[in-house]
Amino acid sequence: MHDQTWQPGLRESYLYDRNVIAEIQRASREGIYDIRGFGAKRRLPHFDDLLFLGASVSRYPLEGYRERCGTDVVLGMRFAKQPLELKIPVTIAGMSFGALSAPAKEALGRGASEVGTATTTGDGGMTEEERSHSKTLVYQVLPSRYGMNPDDLRRADAIEVVVGQGAKPGGGGMLLGHKISDRVAAMRTLPKGIDQRSACRHPDWTGPDDLEIKIHELREITDWEKPIFVKIGATRTYYDVQLAVKAGADVIVVDGMQGGTAATQDVFIEHVGIPTLPATRLAVDALQELDMHRKVQLIMSGGIRTGADVAKALALGADAVSIGTAALISLGDNSPEYEEEYRKLGSAAGFYDDWQAGRDPAGISTQEDTLAARLDPVLGGRRIANYLRVLTLEAQTLARACGKSHVHNLEPEDLVALTVEAAAMARVPLAGTDWIPGRYSA
Amino acid sequence: MEAAELTGVEVIDLASTPLRELNRRLHELAGGARSWRIVNPNGAHAVACGLDAEIDVEIQGHVGYYCAGMNKLATVRVHGNAGPGVAENLMSGEVVVAGSASQSAGASGRGGLLVVHGDASARCGISMKGIDIVVRGSVGHLSAFMAQTGRLVVCGDAGEALGDSIYEARLYVRGEVASLGADCVEKDMRGEHLAELSDLLGRAGLDDVDAAQFRRYGSARQLYNFKVDNASAY
Repeated sequence: MHDQTWQPGLRESYLYDRNVIAEIQRASREGIYDIRGFGAKRRLPHFDDLLFLGASVSRYPLEGYRERCGTDVVLGMRFAKQPLELKIPVTIAGMSFGALSAPAKEALGRGASEVGTATTTGDGGMTEEERSHSKTLVYQVLPSRYGMNPDDLRRADAIEVVVGQGAKPGGGGMLLGHKISDRVAAMRTLPKGIDQRSACRHPDWTGPDDLEIKIHELREITDWEKPIFVKIGATRTYYDVQLAVKAGADVIVVDGMQGGTAATQDVFIEHVGIPTLPATRLAVDALQELDMHRKVQLIMSGGIRTGADVAKALALGADAVSIGTAALISLGDNSPEYEEEYRKLGSAAGFYDDWQAGRDPAGISTQEDTLAARLDPVLGGRRIANYLRVLTLEAQTLARACGKSHVHNLEPEDLVALTVEAAAMARVPLAGTDWIPGRYSA
Repeated sequence: MEAAELTGVEVIDLASTPLRELNRRLHELAGGARSWRIVNPNGAHAVACGLDAEIDVEIQGHVGYYCAGMNKLATVRVHGNAGPGVAENLMSGEVVVAGSASQSAGASGRGGLLVVHGDASARCGISMKGIDIVVRGSVGHLSAFMAQTGRLVVCGDAGEALGDSIYEARLYVRGEVASLGADCVEKDMRGEHLAELSDLLGRAGLDDVDAAQFRRYGSARQLYNFKVDNASAY
């Protein structure tokens, strides 16, 4: 910790650093665990620990401004009559109206639609704002079933059965009372102002055999038109992906532990699940073993921030990625514009994670009309579209450098790892060696 | 089609007709029959799910999971037993099970009426959001778990942890309650409750059951906002 407080002789404990000390003091004062938004903040092995091997003597690259590098992706071609055809391999992850303001949901829809990709509902049902502004909308079926109804099921473009999310695999939703406005309460059939505790298990199915029957019912209700996604928080990813395939999923979404949340216990965010990097490898292994890779599409999420993250996830075998936290930052979350207000809330631009509190100065994670009104959904939509374009351009840049005419042609052979951990998890060689830890060479 | 023309009832034999064909026809319904009879269901799953029209569907036999799931407007009668999740997320209309129902009957239902003439199993009315459920027999454990609104009427007994983490649903039980779940308490039976219970029993066709013999249960509303002093209740 080198900052203004430090001077020679002041040695901060690694074990008891200032954050740990502050948390012990807070826990002692308040007697309740810390609930917050955002995703895991600890350092984790991630796509940053991988590098691309660009073209060289034995490989030749594509010209950046002349030679085409495709980015389109089709999701849900296994059983659905109407698969999703997206122009870019980056979608907007499920985030509820309730967690987010109505203008924020609208802005996500506007931005995603402008660049030809999908948005996703969340634990609170479908709003008119997001349906009307999202050309392609994925409707989540969650344990709480808030707002669930067959009409929205039929006017969705795809259905996502949510088993878990990366921020809290094994945990249910949570929306604290101060965000349960009249409209949110009505959509969730709950009294206003109470803490909403979503169930962590679905009310009418348990386990993979039931899931297969549940998916069958959803297909029957929607006449086999819609792709059915299954979203899983990354834990026992290899087995979960195989079970989801067996249950009949068209698309599998695996959310690594860096995946964001609007309100979860800090202990849950930081200590449950596995990172997106090893989860990607495990999910692809599971699909390949079943000969289902590229037949059942894989969407990875959790900590996707840059076109490099996108390209690396695709190179490891994902068909697409989803963004959540990064999309909120794109909308204006943690903007220096609100520095003074973040300070008043005991935070600062760049650190704000109290998305559960409903007092977001940027008007995103709030249900207060005056705050929500600060977010212009048209401007927000433009930012999202810009950001998605940059992610795509960056991924294309890397793919062309590796000589690929489509981002899906990226492959593990294009990658090396910077750390032994990443080499083991991604199962690509440590840079400068042919060593993949855990893999025996002949 | 000949049978339909003669009787006005469309008969579908699931022993010879694929389920997909049955549900497709029930969904399309353009110019189709208003009365349907399904024979040989043989425990099939997702029979007559996603209906959205004022039609009558009689099912002669036992059904598997999710019969009449997400039903709107239609009346579906199962002349047999029903598997898990019968009438799950029911929106409106009526679903009647002549026999017994498995787990999660009426799960997350938002409206309409579910009547079970036999027993219902565990988690009957779990996550209910406006549905009315009347069970002639008994219900299993964790029934009305996280029940948000609507009414659950049990003419027999209720298993353990009835109404655990309940919100605003109203529960009426005539027999024994093995135990109440977190934040569920017995409440006074006032005139308005007797009136709504009598009405529900009447709508379910259980006119022989006396509303005065029931006790009412609902939320103590102590867990609506997290307080650390309540942590041991979870």
